Amino acid sequence: MTTHSPSRRARSLCRAAAGLLTATAICLLAAAPLSAAELRIANSGEPDSLDPHHTSGIWESRILRDMFMGLTTEAADASVIPGAAESWTVSDDGLAYTFIIRDHAWSDGTPVTADDFVYSLQRILLPETAAEYASLLYTIKNAKALNEGTITDAGELGVKAIDAKTLEITLEYPAPYFLELLTHQTAYPVPRHKIEEFGDDWIKAGNLVGNGAYVLEEWVPNTHVKLVKDETFYDAANVAIDSIVFYPAEERNAATKQFRAGEIDIQFDFASEQIDWLKENLPDETRISPWLGSYYYTINTTKPPFDDVRVRQALAMSIDRAAITDKVLKTGELPGYSFVPPNAGKYGEPAYVDWKDTPYEQRVQQAKDLLAEAGFGPDRPLEFQLRYNTSENHKKIAIAVAAMWKQLGVQAELFNAEVKVHYNDLQEGNFEVARAGWIADYNDPQNFLYLMEGDTGANNYSRFDNADYNDFMNQSDVETDPAKRNELMHQAEAIAMAEMPNIPIYYYVSKNLVAKQVAGWVDNTADKHPSRYLSIVE
Amino acid sequence: MIAFVARRVLIAIPTMLVIITIAFFMMRVAPGGPFDQERQLTPQIEKNILAAYDLDQPLPLQYVRYLTGVLQGDFGPSFKYRDFTVTELLLTGFPPSLKVGGLAMLLAIAIGIALGTIAALRQNSALDHAVMATAMTGIAIPNFVMAPLLTLVFGVFLGWLPVAGWGGGALRNILLPVIALALPQIAYIARLTRASMIETLGANFIRTARAKGLREQIVVTRHALKGALLPVVSYLGPASAQLISGSLVIEQIFGIPGIGRYFIQGALNRDYTLVMGTVIVYALLILILNLIVDILYGYLDPKVKPS
Amino acid sequence: MSSRAELGQVEPGGAAARSLAQDAWRRLRQNKAAMVSMAILAVIALLAIAAPLLSPHPLGEVYWDRIQMPPDFENAHWFGTDGNGRDLFIRTLYGGRISLMVGILATLVSLVIGVSYGAIAGYVGGRVDDLMMRIVDIIYALPFTFFVIILMVVFGRQIFLIFVAIGAVEWLTMARIVRGQTLSIKNREFVEAARAAGVSSAAIIRRHIVPNLLGPVVVYMTLTIPQVILLESLLSFLGLGVQEPLTSWGVLISEGAETMEAAPWMLIFPAILLALTLFSFNFIGDGLRDALDPKDR
Repeated sequence: MTTHSPSRRARSLCRAAAGLLTATAICLLAAAPLSAAELRIANSGEPDSLDPHHTSGIWESRILRDMFMGLTTEAADASVIPGAAESWTVSDDGLAYTFIIRDHAWSDGTPVTADDFVYSLQRILLPETAAEYASLLYTIKNAKALNEGTITDAGELGVKAIDAKTLEITLEYPAPYFLELLTHQTAYPVPRHKIEEFGDDWIKAGNLVGNGAYVLEEWVPNTHVKLVKDETFYDAANVAIDSIVFYPAEERNAATKQFRAGEIDIQFDFASEQIDWLKENLPDETRISPWLGSYYYTINTTKPPFDDVRVRQALAMSIDRAAITDKVLKTGELPGYSFVPPNAGKYGEPAYVDWKDTPYEQRVQQAKDLLAEAGFGPDRPLEFQLRYNTSENHKKIAIAVAAMWKQLGVQAELFNAEVKVHYNDLQEGNFEVARAGWIADYNDPQNFLYLMEGDTGANNYSRFDNADYNDFMNQSDVETDPAKRNELMHQAEAIAMAEMPNIPIYYYVSKNLVAKQVAGWVDNTADKHPSRYLSIVE
Repeated sequence: MIAFVARRVLIAIPTMLVIITIAFFMMRVAPGGPFDQERQLTPQIEKNILAAYDLDQPLPLQYVRYLTGVLQGDFGPSFKYRDFTVTELLLTGFPPSLKVGGLAMLLAIAIGIALGTIAALRQNSALDHAVMATAMTGIAIPNFVMAPLLTLVFGVFLGWLPVAGWGGGALRNILLPVIALALPQIAYIARLTRASMIETLGANFIRTARAKGLREQIVVTRHALKGALLPVVSYLGPASAQLISGSLVIEQIFGIPGIGRYFIQGALNRDYTLVMGTVIVYALLILILNLIVDILYGYLDPKVKPS
Repeated sequence: MSSRAELGQVEPGGAAARSLAQDAWRRLRQNKAAMVSMAILAVIALLAIAAPLLSPHPLGEVYWDRIQMPPDFENAHWFGTDGNGRDLFIRTLYGGRISLMVGILATLVSLVIGVSYGAIAGYVGGRVDDLMMRIVDIIYALPFTFFVIILMVVFGRQIFLIFVAIGAVEWLTMARIVRGQTLSIKNREFVEAARAAGVSSAAIIRRHIVPNLLGPVVVYMTLTIPQVILLESLLSFLGLGVQEPLTSWGVLISEGAETMEAAPWMLIFPAILLALTLFSFNFIGDGLRDALDPKDR
């Protein structure tokens, strides 16, 4: 519990419970001595693992971010700042990075060295580690080959320790987002000495050491993960909160009630059904902020009639996105007219569809014409299944979109499935039009646009394979000049918006509840909020 | 009796084997795997992961390996919760489920039988209808409505009890979940008790007992109730197994670290080993509780001999 | 427990049965709670059937400017609208069609399977009983979610699968209850007498066992209905239940539970109809039980 509100709450509790048999017990419990500042967080799920190399979920990253620190790390506003590396230099061709490791230590006092990073990056990429998210690091030289087993000598990976404090990383191609990528959990250092000592059990409380601001105190599955401040952290003097409890809080409505009752201080990702109530009753605590993600409908471009761009464009044009964001969702999402959300990295304005500013009625008419050209009309209505994975919001959007398509005479049958069946069908190409979404791993348009490259594989659900698009993307990968690179990606995106393999619907927002007593919170597009910058004020 | 129990324990072995076998192959037939997700893996990474979990082996071989493991008490690693073995998850999760579910069941049995008996003794009176109607609200309001309502009233508005949280299983933390779980069970038990009590009260042996001048209270508690509990006990076997093994809705809403969530979520995650673990736990509960029920039959009605 | 046979009747299909049915009906009519319940149920069923005639709004129509509105008589949204701006009155009534149909049909399936299976196991006893009951235990233990997913893969999404999936699990407890009662009844004098008189096992089960266990069966049957109606919403989650724009009470109530405070009307109306239905079924069940109870005659 926090130092302040509980005592207040305890008093009111005692008043409310006065006269009840339970009163004594409740007051005793609520008035237990409070010594240190504790932050109670409703995370949106139970972590799959606390091994940074075995996680891909957003809820795990929130815990890991407090326990580990990459070469670079996030400021309070999620911008990239020096982390385990105090400084670095980049070669002119953008391929070689030299990092000077900060003088700092693991939470057991062992110094963190360049070798730790060599070990960690090798570990995540070795096939036997079976890291789900290893592909994120494929920009590093020979990373892909090592991960796929085409080379077996981990020493060939483009990561070398020059000395204990100097680390050199060589890339396959210049990736302007590389410094930001290093803030991601896949690039965290893991303690070699503990892994070698404890094996798979190194992530258990007591064994686990990190180089972050907090260290694991206990993890009771499905109950909580508790972290306590690590006094050996290099910037411990500026860390205000003494301990953090992450509750899995899978039932988001229940977590919102806990927030209202003062049982938690921060709820990540509240349920959007609550928005009307929250806006009215907790306007200051409700934090909604643009988030780097796209919600879209993917079209199976290999299945007739969806191999016809006119059909795809007609479906895309006839969706009234503002009606969906303003009337159905109501949580501040922005209508999506491009695949890359605005303000991704230094991309600026994305390449919008050319009918973005056409009035809706006119677009519906154009869509009707396109469908007629493609051979559909009242005599031969376009019929197909619209698939979505079971969720209240996906359902609401599908109902709304189907109603909009109905104006064109299109009959979309709604078809829901639980998430595994849904994505299995998408992967197998067993769908016509289906719901999908993408949240950026790092703040760069490439992270969105690669989804439509011909050789992307499973994540390219639409099976889009356009030679010009692939060409522009391949050129952008090796382009060192930021402006030219942006231009190439814009050209690629323009092709995608004209060909319309994926229909953008809206750009995501992050939806969090932050108690008034939590200070230091900065809304940001990455929705990353390291606890080291937070504090609790009266 | 000992021979009867021994025989049933012996039969349990092939029964378990059949359950494990069917469940194992059933899961694998279902589309989707533990590593299918919104972010698809590259084929090579998927291969690495499948290899790490031996999922790339032929299915019959996996089955034999799994069975050998189970015989040695090793339920394998969880595919979803990678830092824990299935045994660890079940061992930490079962006690909370048992505690909450067990208390709910005991509460439901006590209240349900009492209400059912009262209603039966005043059959078709206003009291009967009132008692039964009250009991019915437990069924008429589904627990995914009842549980949030309880937290809203007692947790948020009145602030008497925590909204959610396990708190080591303290009374104030488990009170609401126990009530939410017990309410529908009270209704089931009360209704079954009432029905069968009314029949028993009209039976010959009760008439005889009354004719002998026994006090009504003794007639009811010693003679009638015993005979009347037969269908209730039949119901309680599977119902207790279900309650003790936890409830997804209740556990999620109240933040109880039980195993109830693993039944449906494990299946949705395609966490094969975890699902197998829950199947085995549940099967054992069913076998044990139904055995107890069969033994109780002989006690409640001496004419029923264990076959 | 007393027995109809002891009182010297029960010949299904014969004159005695007819008089039994007439007798039961006569007594059921005297049960006020049961008769009121039947009337309520009839009204709800009629509303569900006549739904399209009662509201100006088509089932799936989206009204963009009336999203999540409380009951609004001006626009004939008597139950308000949902998060997509669709009329909840018509949705609740249509939902009633599905829920009543699933509730009644799936319960009947479980009744027929459960009673015959349980009576046979209990009456025959011995190894047959052992085997049949272990099969019940096995089905109890199998993971239901996977069963449903596989059903869908094999047969596609068809409405009859809802009954198969629900029927497949709901008959188990019924069978356990029936078997328990049968074990107790089969050792009674009248059954032994019938056996001595050379009556076939099938006839004994039909004429002497089953009529004598109707009490708990009728009551448990009425208790199965709510289980079935709510189980349907889990099937909808998995994609097997009703698909949009169709709906059911289970689905409407679980949606309403999410918006309990912001839009209580989304929860209250379907919940009231469900509760009324369940209450009615249970009072009818009690009435039926009383009416069929031989000793009261």
